[in-house]
Amino acid sequence: MIFEVFRQEKKGQPFTHAGSVVAPDAAFADAWAREQYGRRGESEALWLVPRDAVHQVTEWADEFDLKYRRVDGYSIKERLRVARERASQKGAHA
Amino acid sequence: MDARTQEFLAYVQDGGQVEATDRLPDEYRQKLVKFIEMHGNSELMGVLPEREWILRAPTLQRKLALTAKVQDEVGHAQLIYRVAEDLGKPRDAMLADLISGKAKFHNVFHYPTKTWGDVGVIAWLVDAAAIISQKALLKCSYAPYARIMKKICWEESFHILHGRDVILAMVTGTDMQRELVQEAIDRWWGPLMQFHGNPIPRDEDPMYMWRIKSQGNEEARQQFLEGYVPQIRELGLTVPDPNLRRGDDGVWAYSEPDWEELRSVVTGHGPRSQERLAFRARFLEQEKWVRDTVLAA
Amino acid sequence: MTGVGSTEPAKEGRAGSASAARMQRERAQRLLAIADDELIIGWRDSEWTGIAPTLEEDVAFSSIAQNEIGHARALYELAAAELDSDADALAFDREPDAYRCAPLVELHLMDWAHTIARRYLYEEADRVRLDVLKKSDDTELAGLAAKIDREETYHRLHAEMWAGRLRDEPRFRAALDELWPYALGVLEPEQRPELARRVGLEVVDAKERGEHTPVLAELWDEMTQVRHSAPGATW
Repeated sequence: MIFEVFRQEKKGQPFTHAGSVVAPDAAFADAWAREQYGRRGESEALWLVPRDAVHQVTEWADEFDLKYRRVDGYSIKERLRVARERASQKGAHA
Repeated sequence: MDARTQEFLAYVQDGGQVEATDRLPDEYRQKLVKFIEMHGNSELMGVLPEREWILRAPTLQRKLALTAKVQDEVGHAQLIYRVAEDLGKPRDAMLADLISGKAKFHNVFHYPTKTWGDVGVIAWLVDAAAIISQKALLKCSYAPYARIMKKICWEESFHILHGRDVILAMVTGTDMQRELVQEAIDRWWGPLMQFHGNPIPRDEDPMYMWRIKSQGNEEARQQFLEGYVPQIRELGLTVPDPNLRRGDDGVWAYSEPDWEELRSVVTGHGPRSQERLAFRARFLEQEKWVRDTVLAA
Repeated sequence: MTGVGSTEPAKEGRAGSASAARMQRERAQRLLAIADDELIIGWRDSEWTGIAPTLEEDVAFSSIAQNEIGHARALYELAAAELDSDADALAFDREPDAYRCAPLVELHLMDWAHTIARRYLYEEADRVRLDVLKKSDDTELAGLAAKIDREETYHRLHAEMWAGRLRDEPRFRAALDELWPYALGVLEPEQRPELARRVGLEVVDAKERGEHTPVLAELWDEMTQVRHSAPGATW
């Protein structure tokens, strides 16, 4: 079986994918992954997940190119610039 | 080249990366698997010249450090083979092709080790040459391979420090110890100069074209010379090439490496090629029952 | 315990210090016995580097070998303080006959069934030994035994994991039977019933410490050849 190995480098950090080990069961995967990914004390923790249990998502539908879920980028910076400029002009005339 | 492959080529040449689940052109996939397989084979075969010195290490500290280093090489083989396995080539098949000679491994691992001087030179100079090649893989267009290279390069950095420490202890030791280092350098220089391969122009190198490597062979060799010849010389050691010279433009000139020797060695005619493959075959065969029965899921 | 090959000078002075000196020698010899066990089994286990049944196991097994060498070093350092020596000198510069290791660890076992059988039996024996040492009045030794024991937890898990999978494999059962008398020889006689209880076998005549197997000399030659090529040199 292939076990995917996720590694947390320091407490509080996310677990990131580090590789995989081929093992007959979870006990062997534990014994082997801990040495392959932790023998230098470089990992705070590991998650071992049978590859079958990992469900990958790579296809997205974005037919209408709707950006309403995001409010970032050039347009907001530009509007903020204009607004600040107007505010300072108003102030100058007051 | 069809349109889709052309598009893929442009994508990777622009710095794009791909994953195992992406659609890969056949030519790219084939070249990639062959390259990765040779790398895995090399890490695995590289263990054999070094492991005998674990048993002969002259102090407990050196024994631990060398065992850890060789353990790393085995670990690298595991990381690298996993990548090739996920590209579709089973580990059994790779090991069988290695044993039969169908698949190759790097020249340096076909040579004998004779003294503790070799232990130092391998960890310091051979690993240095390897790291240069490995750093050129950090941006590999095939992302799973690029990712493991980060761990590999991090671990290799310990090896170079270890190698340097072994060398320094010897060059500051007895005359005999110093002589062991010089003699080892004299023997390893030829293979080291051949290590990065013949100077095929970068743009004619398929590995560069597909951005599997980010560096051509000659670039790598120059980097090695630039980094390590001064280090060798500052210890009062010599390089056995009377033509080795750094030009004013920073380019190193050197005697033409023996490309015929390289070709012969990597096709299995090196001084230790067959002996080491036979050794590996013996244990693979002997412990097949463990993999087939005990470790079957 | 027979002090084969020990050459400590007798201490002079008051009458009581002769017995203190003897106890100190015994302590040093005891430390050396365990250190030698760990060094030699670590040396044997490191012979599998690069050729274990799978790459994943190869990496894990190498860590076990390194831990054992590490334990040996810590034990030699304790002994070195008493013997006015250093860990490397104790590990490498004694004559083969002066080593106090049990025959079990010396055996050259280059097949996996025997190797795992030895690992399993040695870890069980070591656990019995460590349990006693952890309770020792000798606080230095007790502390070190506790440290070693914590690391050995993983060795035991590894050995039990393999022994579980190999339980019904005839090669493994045969290896266990063959190595059992040697395993008993790792322990003092009074500790052997406990080992037998844990492993589920009967106490039999042990292969005792004190007489080395023929392979130790060969191992020693290889182990010391580089070091002895330049005695006193720094490596």
